[in-house]
Amino acid sequence: MNSRSRMSLLVLQVLVISLLLALFGRLFYLQVADGLRYQNAALSIQSRDIVEPAVRGAITDRAGIPLAMDRAGLEITVDRSVIDKMPDQGKAVILKLSSLLKVKYPDLYARTRLCGELPVGQRTGCWNGTRYQPIPVTKLATEAQALKILENPDYYKGIDSTPVPIRSYPSLAGENAAHILGYTGGVTDADLSSTTKVYYRNETIGKTGLEYQYEPYLHGIPGIKTVIVDRKEAITQTARDTKPIPGDNVITNIDVRLQAATEKALATSVARSRSLGYRADSGAAIVMDVKTGAILAMASYPTYDPNMWQKGLTVQQAKDLFSENTGVPALSRAIQGAYAPASTFKALSVVAATKAGYNMNALYDCPAQLKVGTQVFHNFETKSQGRINMNDAIAVSCDTIWYQIAFDLWLKDGGLFPKKNLNDYFFSNAAAFHIGKATGVDLPGEINGRLPNRAWKQAYYDANKKFFCDYKNRARKSDLTPYLIAIAHENCLDGNKLRAGDAVNFAIGQGDTLVTPLQLTQIYAAIANGGTLWKPQIAEAIVKPNGEIVKQFSKVSDGKAPLTSSDVSFLHQALRAVATKGTAAGVFANFPIEVSGKTGTGQVLGRNANGSAKDDTSWFASFAPAAKPQYAVVMMVSQGGFGASVSAVGVKDIYSAIYGVTGNTVNPKKALFSSTGPSYIIPKVDPKNAKLPTK
Amino acid sequence: MSNFLHLRQRRSRRTFGIGSLRENLSGVDRLLMASVSALLILGSLLVWAATRSWFASQNLDPQYYLKRHLVNIVIGGLLAYGTTLIDYRMIRAYTPFLWGFSVLGLIFVLLPGVGSTVNGAKSWIGLPGGFQLQPAELAKIAVVAGMAMLLSEIRDIDSLPSHSDVVKALAVALIPMGLIMLQPDLGEALIISSIVIGIIAVSGAPSRWVVGLLLVGLLTGFVAVKAGVIHQYQVKRLQSFVDPNADPQQSGYQLRQSRITIGSGGVLGRGLFNGPQTNGRFVPEQQTDFIFTVAGEELGFVGSGFILFCFFIFFYRAFLIARRTSDPFGRLVCVGVIAWFAFQTFENIGMTMGLMPMTGVPLPFMSYGGSSMFANMIALGLLQNVHIRSR
Repeated sequence: MNSRSRMSLLVLQVLVISLLLALFGRLFYLQVADGLRYQNAALSIQSRDIVEPAVRGAITDRAGIPLAMDRAGLEITVDRSVIDKMPDQGKAVILKLSSLLKVKYPDLYARTRLCGELPVGQRTGCWNGTRYQPIPVTKLATEAQALKILENPDYYKGIDSTPVPIRSYPSLAGENAAHILGYTGGVTDADLSSTTKVYYRNETIGKTGLEYQYEPYLHGIPGIKTVIVDRKEAITQTARDTKPIPGDNVITNIDVRLQAATEKALATSVARSRSLGYRADSGAAIVMDVKTGAILAMASYPTYDPNMWQKGLTVQQAKDLFSENTGVPALSRAIQGAYAPASTFKALSVVAATKAGYNMNALYDCPAQLKVGTQVFHNFETKSQGRINMNDAIAVSCDTIWYQIAFDLWLKDGGLFPKKNLNDYFFSNAAAFHIGKATGVDLPGEINGRLPNRAWKQAYYDANKKFFCDYKNRARKSDLTPYLIAIAHENCLDGNKLRAGDAVNFAIGQGDTLVTPLQLTQIYAAIANGGTLWKPQIAEAIVKPNGEIVKQFSKVSDGKAPLTSSDVSFLHQALRAVATKGTAAGVFANFPIEVSGKTGTGQVLGRNANGSAKDDTSWFASFAPAAKPQYAVVMMVSQGGFGASVSAVGVKDIYSAIYGVTGNTVNPKKALFSSTGPSYIIPKVDPKNAKLPTK
Repeated sequence: MSNFLHLRQRRSRRTFGIGSLRENLSGVDRLLMASVSALLILGSLLVWAATRSWFASQNLDPQYYLKRHLVNIVIGGLLAYGTTLIDYRMIRAYTPFLWGFSVLGLIFVLLPGVGSTVNGAKSWIGLPGGFQLQPAELAKIAVVAGMAMLLSEIRDIDSLPSHSDVVKALAVALIPMGLIMLQPDLGEALIISSIVIGIIAVSGAPSRWVVGLLLVGLLTGFVAVKAGVIHQYQVKRLQSFVDPNADPQQSGYQLRQSRITIGSGGVLGRGLFNGPQTNGRFVPEQQTDFIFTVAGEELGFVGSGFILFCFFIFFYRAFLIARRTSDPFGRLVCVGVIAWFAFQTFENIGMTMGLMPMTGVPLPFMSYGGSSMFANMIALGLLQNVHIRSR
């Protein structure tokens, strides 16, 4: 062999070995280094999961009456893979279905579209799944509609009807409770990509309210059948077949009958306020057991029908939920509405003044108005009362006494030039009552309210300084009045300072203070029970479908209100006086239940959309019976007018329902709870056969 | 043509002509034998694994493919044995006939109504009994023998092939190659190209031939794709190599499934007959061109690595035989066989793992298919023949 051949042979040999090494390296990469990825890829090629959603747990009231439950429904589906192939892309068949279901064509059309197919802003009701599965357009078809579809498959081509479980809010006692219960909906892509929870595309999950809060319990575990398929999608074997495990039931502290009565009392109060000429755009009412924090009823106005989603939400319904014109029904005023507490706050001012050394048994001047610095502050709910004691001052809701006390204390703290060791009695006392802190109720979306103390002032000033200092250019044209310009100028110079006006307004619950109706309920319950701020609790227990208790929610203290026993006894007397000889005396005259409470009429700055000035917030915060408090009841009607004539009457209606009051007499047979208050015995739950207790 | 018929006799230490069975088998390269036997046994198991559940699900005989494969191996074994019996220097005498016969076969397959079209190529001649013959497989042997013969026609001991020798040798290769391109069968044509370059390089021919041929090969490929000479399905296959999503339903699908199937085997594999990808028939043509994916899934890195190891032993022994023989014809035959198997093995396994574009060539000794098996076994016989007679 000559040298050139030898060389070539060697080159060939090296080449062949390199090729084999390349193959070996690639093999190592595919099978060892990256093997896991390919194993997963292979699994997704071979296996198909068929998901059977679990029956969702029921939400019941304290007696086991279902507030929310799954029931059998008829689902109508549209198969896009069929209708898209029609010459008109299925327009004709959707029109036929639209007339059968009595749903407007645009609504039905939107429901058959993937969300990505529709422009942003027109996606209401759009389908969040894939186009390869039949798209449900309603789950509440009637049997007649379903039959028509099944009998005329050619006429309704691509349309099908199947029985499915649907979420139902049966409203057995006429209650609505939408803001407590929330609603359910299909899983979104975000849910599907969640790393903590495993969801499947055709499942339903809680979107808000209790449905959201207790989703992990209510959901259950879907049944999954995993089949191994071959290339032609023929099933070769079943790898896994699990039956669905139904979700747990959530038993709440709510009493359906009281819930219905509370909603009715609130709606009636709103109507009464409107008949008095007020706007009354919204409201809330809450009943709490002062000994446990259990929420027995909670209503928000305006409300919506939680069954809407199952019927198939229309574009208009979806818009209305968040529209100002309809009063934003989606918002739960009880926990998401924040209002100035107005005179209901004076119960807290009493405690602050006592701490500052004021004697509650002494006499104080209650003039019609008081000059603080250059500004004149008026009595709001009352006129001049002369020299009166503190008890009467609370009863008649005198403001000027509080102006004086707050102004004096403000001056002692250094006025516009604050000292180093501030007392800030009013602010620190309010903070101790958890003003500006959410109650921690077991519902999503609760807000904090606002404690407008010095720190808040500074933060607000830092955030808005530019606006105040450039007010003429930045404000709306309608806000360029000489008065507002002057205020803006003042705010620009030293808006971070706590001024005398801020201090005196704070003492009567006005100004920048904001509380939710639930926060005020918690505070009044604490005053009633001697000082414990119980965490408001809606759920009482979680039980399995077989009755086994999964979790029982015992009462949780959220801290102690800064109340001494003399504070408590003074407040109990003074608040009782409100109903006997004060601002609410007219409302509760001859009422057989001894109610203690406080009216509040809160001034609101700003204007409505139509330019009219906002009406006052009507409050009544109360507890009863006065001697041995059991219930705290609070009602608030936004733009409702006076506290007494609107909310106090509503609260009286609620107490009437609790105690079975007709006219001026108590009918114990009609009382909702025993004389020792609500019991906390976990009821048996059987949603399908539940009946209202007849008493 | 005179060269074809001109026979030169060289001295040999062993008998010239047909020896006894015992003599022949005792003289074979045992390691080469062992490696090929291992590949044949594994190949049979893999062909069985690739087809048994599929046939069983169709209520057909699950052993159908296995049986036919074993028949092919037996026939191939007899052909290999027969090849070792005749002194390869005698084969040299028959080379022109062999070559002529294969060219006729390649022409025959192109005649209308004769060749059957599979996957877009007219490569098979139907035979009675459901058997098919692929002339291109046998043409490779003819090209190896023909080129080796022409380029080893040396006049004296130190002379090297002249330019005219190279031109003749090229003609011997290009005629069948051209006919194969007409089918069209790109894979087989590429194998013949690699045989051409391997044999010319080792023959001692002027090195500019090697360089020149490589350049011409690349240029031809480029022009062919541009001018549309290469069929659309071939372009698609090449495109899907570059971008697996280019043709997701067909070749891209096949390549992706093939990679996933191999990768999902992991280190130890799913176990023979237990591969879900294989049993679900997610890889088309799995018993033929994609047989390596069965090994990847069911035998894992260990089993597939062992197959590569067997091929390594095969090439190692083949190179040893090529180097040890003093006869230029024998050496060039070995080099031709090496170039052929090396390219075909790399192309086939590389394709299943996404290293090479998709061309339909079977994996030597393992893929199901009679013609390929026969050609491989005859080539094995040639290697053993050279080995026996170079000692």
